[in-house]
Amino acid sequence: MSEKKSIWSKIGNTLIKNNVTVLFVLLCVGAFFASTYTLPSLFTELFTRLGRNTFLVLSLLIPVVAGLGLNFGIVIGAIAAQIAIFLVVHWGFTGFSGILMTVLICTPLAVLFGFLVGKLFNSMKGTEMIGGLVAGYFSDGLYQLLFLVILGGVIPINNSTLMISTGMGVKNVINLKDNLRYAIDEVSMLSIINVAFYAGILIGVILIVYRLIKKQDLQLKKLLTVLIPVIALYGISYVPAIRTFLSTPRLMLLNAVELGVIGVALFNIYKLIRLTAIEKKQGVPIKQLLYIAGAGAVYASTYISVIYQSLCAVHLPVLTFMLIGALCLFMPWLMNTKLGQDMRTVGQNRAVATSSGINVNRVRIIAMILSTVLASYGQLISLQNIGTVATYGSHQQVGLYAIAALLVGGASVQHATVKHALLGMVLFHTLFILSPNAGQQLLGNAQIGEYFRVFVAYGVIALALAMHAWSNRGPKKQRGTLVR
Amino acid sequence: MEETYALRMEHVSKNYGDNAVLKDVSLSVKPGEIYALIGENGAGKSTLMNILFGMSVIRDTGGFDGKVIIDGVEARFNSPNDAMAAGIGMVHQEFMLIPGFTITENIKVGREDTIPTLASRIFGKSLEKLDNKKMNADARKALDSIGMDIDQHVRVAGLPVGYMQFVEIAREIDKENIKLLVFDEPTAVLTESEAKGLLSVMRSIAKRGIAIIFITHRLSEVMDVADRMTVLRDGEVVASKNIIDTDIPEIAELMVGRRIEKLVDENETHYTHSDEIALKIRDFQVDMPGETVNHIDLDIHKGEIFGIGGLAGQGKVGIPNGIMGMFPAYGEVEIFGEKLQFSKLGDALHKGVACVSEDRRGVGLLLDESIENNIIFNAMTIKREYLTGLGFAHLVNAKKVRAFAKEMIKTLDIRCTGPQQRVGSLSGGNQQKVCLASALALNPRLLIVSEPTRGIDIGAKKLILEHLVDLCRNHGLTIIMVSSELGELRSICDRIAIVAGGEISSILAPDAPDVEFGLAMSAARVSQEVS
Ligand SMILES: Nc1ncnc2c1ncn2[C@@H]1O[C@H](COP(=O)(O)OP(=O)(O)OP(=O)(O)O)[C@@H](O)[C@H]1O
Ligand SMILES: [Mg+2]
Repeated sequence: MSEKKSIWSKIGNTLIKNNVTVLFVLLCVGAFFASTYTLPSLFTELFTRLGRNTFLVLSLLIPVVAGLGLNFGIVIGAIAAQIAIFLVVHWGFTGFSGILMTVLICTPLAVLFGFLVGKLFNSMKGTEMIGGLVAGYFSDGLYQLLFLVILGGVIPINNSTLMISTGMGVKNVINLKDNLRYAIDEVSMLSIINVAFYAGILIGVILIVYRLIKKQDLQLKKLLTVLIPVIALYGISYVPAIRTFLSTPRLMLLNAVELGVIGVALFNIYKLIRLTAIEKKQGVPIKQLLYIAGAGAVYASTYISVIYQSLCAVHLPVLTFMLIGALCLFMPWLMNTKLGQDMRTVGQNRAVATSSGINVNRVRIIAMILSTVLASYGQLISLQNIGTVATYGSHQQVGLYAIAALLVGGASVQHATVKHALLGMVLFHTLFILSPNAGQQLLGNAQIGEYFRVFVAYGVIALALAMHAWSNRGPKKQRGTLVR
Repeated sequence: MEETYALRMEHVSKNYGDNAVLKDVSLSVKPGEIYALIGENGAGKSTLMNILFGMSVIRDTGGFDGKVIIDGVEARFNSPNDAMAAGIGMVHQEFMLIPGFTITENIKVGREDTIPTLASRIFGKSLEKLDNKKMNADARKALDSIGMDIDQHVRVAGLPVGYMQFVEIAREIDKENIKLLVFDEPTAVLTESEAKGLLSVMRSIAKRGIAIIFITHRLSEVMDVADRMTVLRDGEVVASKNIIDTDIPEIAELMVGRRIEKLVDENETHYTHSDEIALKIRDFQVDMPGETVNHIDLDIHKGEIFGIGGLAGQGKVGIPNGIMGMFPAYGEVEIFGEKLQFSKLGDALHKGVACVSEDRRGVGLLLDESIENNIIFNAMTIKREYLTGLGFAHLVNAKKVRAFAKEMIKTLDIRCTGPQQRVGSLSGGNQQKVCLASALALNPRLLIVSEPTRGIDIGAKKLILEHLVDLCRNHGLTIIMVSSELGELRSICDRIAIVAGGEISSILAPDAPDVEFGLAMSAARVSQEVS
């Protein structure tokens, strides 16, 4: 077989293997050109949606790794968040302290729910996806009972803004406008730096005291390499111009890109110097040079007018995206721990896991708890951005949309990574934004556009699952089937 | 007075429902001793080992009677965990490897080395970081000590079966406190020379003072390495002997309860050349990891039994896998004159080729289904046989299915309680027979069997080989047999191709002298030296 042929067949194979993703890329591009959207307007909406939903989608990864499939049970995490939000709003907490209070309430709730769902899944191994769906509906029922009857009916609640005028049952909509709306999104960078500064100092002191008491090596050098940048950042934040920049509630995407480019470039220059000057490595450090060149190219591209406009149109909620970023880093970190490896083993083959001494049921329950807790945080992030809670609806579609997005990114029932989640989010939501408009432009009917949007949301899962089933049938992947 | 034994099993009995699988079995193994456990398919060997290992199947089916004594202390294992903690390791008959994991990950599964982290100090040990460096080094060491030079970062998926065996062994000897190691048919898929390598690894493990229980159907290996042995027949101990006091014919007789004649009659009338070509292969290549096939040309005539032999990793297994479309293949293949389309899934099946895979767990069987369903499944889905047509609705013709299954159970001597027994509850050798039956149910024009007698006892082996010969001679079936066992190939094949380095190094007559076979197998190496 000639070189050429093998390269082409390789490209062909990758395309076929990722057929769902490829299809969505094509659809997105097509829809964009058919619609009246411009790149800046698309970007604005897209980033709003990304900030809102990415955390939730990422919470799906853990169960997939642990072999629990695409977990419709995250609806239950969303329910935990909504119960907590209701209480916090009722008690009158506002702003970031309201968020902290919500977290304080929803965490134990989500842990409990996750534990129960995990128990349930352990007694129905192999059919977790359907189990999760049913568990979702069931807990939705309980939730409705709680909000319609018990609150106000059994437990008296005196709150005319939250409760239906009869005093029994919670209103259809909880408005977060005056309490929790944007409480995470609009935490300024200045506050983040301040908190990081105090927290850093506190942790540093605790560590030193701990090590002194335990008579351990102080590891001052390591500590300082972490603390010095934090302190430096804190110091810089007192420069007036920087202080005004840092105090704005959101960060323009353009600035974020610029900061990122500078960061990457500086880091690689530092590495380059270290490699050549200090470690005296032979040869050209191609990797670092490439990174620096790449950073330069990205920076240059911001001078292209469309891109410039698009980047200026988006104002990022800083803390929200930091949390998402942290979760993106947390996942690979977790996978590189004993617990993560156990999850992978359990997900790959329960029999092997058992026979090599892993407590399969425990690992699965931990995975469910983690996922449920993360899902509840995800729902909190999403709701504080939207600004209203549809008491009886907000949680319902959560599982559906998150799973659809993940599948679009190329994940499957057995395999999903952070990359799949991020790519899937971008593609799914781009299409979701564009499709009504594109439908109207192409067919001249707003109604059809609306239908198309609903169709996209629901059709994606069916399509993705079907296409995955199809691409799984190619040569080589026939383990477990009877085709010989 | 008494010697210290690493393991004693006393008066062990076990029933699966009404089926008494073990009856009052006792045996004892000394440290550093290789102890052979021998018996027909279904005699109860694996079951005995499952009891030793605390496997949950045993507890779930009502436990067992008798005692297991490790180092003089009675042990009650509730799970394999307990057994492992007590220093017992097992190289399984069915591979317990995770295909998606690397070799290192498989060797270390469940026993990963870790480094404490800040998070682990706060939240507990399970958040400790994996020590990949140490794990890779350990894996390397374990692999080296059994003479495997494969890269430990490679994924297990797609490795040839022979390699998987060694990975399992590496996993066991990587455990520090190991006292007793069970090998359940480790050599079934290895060629003689590879098996020799394995046996010498076993000897060196035993030298370290580790006791070994060795289950095999190859009696010559027993004579080679074992110190003592016990023969089981229908769940009972029929004899326990020192190896020096016995010989192969005696062991065989003890196993089956009668004398075993030679494999297949020598004076068999070998085939008369038919001019019709059943399988024509031109410039054939297969991308199977570890079993790559490069450029093979081959003509196989109608009505012959064509053997394919060679060492593991040289590509012999790649040929059937390529034809059946399990791995990407290139080149030209014609089946009875019809061109095979690789891109069309299952094309070979539709063209009348049936194949018994060497990897029966992976692709061969539906373990939770009955014997009869497994036998007819392919025939039903591919050839729409065993169905009663009612317009659109097709019903399974249960009567016909039952009759065929019964016939197969008889001809292949499948030891079972009936056609409705779950395949997962059959012994390993009997599962292999079900695989073969299912291929025969397709009523193929060309039958490819890969390691057809893997894990099958000598009595049943004779039966199966005879049946294959009968199908060929009297029903005109063309057979390709891929096997690691040269003896088996030579006993029934008309021609034997030896594959080395992904190419056919020569095609020999079954009665060609041993040297020629030996030369052919090492052809790759010789020609490399020359060039
Ligand atoms: N889970 C099970 N349920 C019911 N019967 C079983 C189960 N496992 C094994 N058996 C039966 O127990 C008997 C002994 O099986 P075992 O696997 O111990 O045989 P073996 O000696 O290892 O044979 P082989 O050489 O073929 O591997 C067989 O008749 C088998 O059908
Ligand atoms: Mg067995």
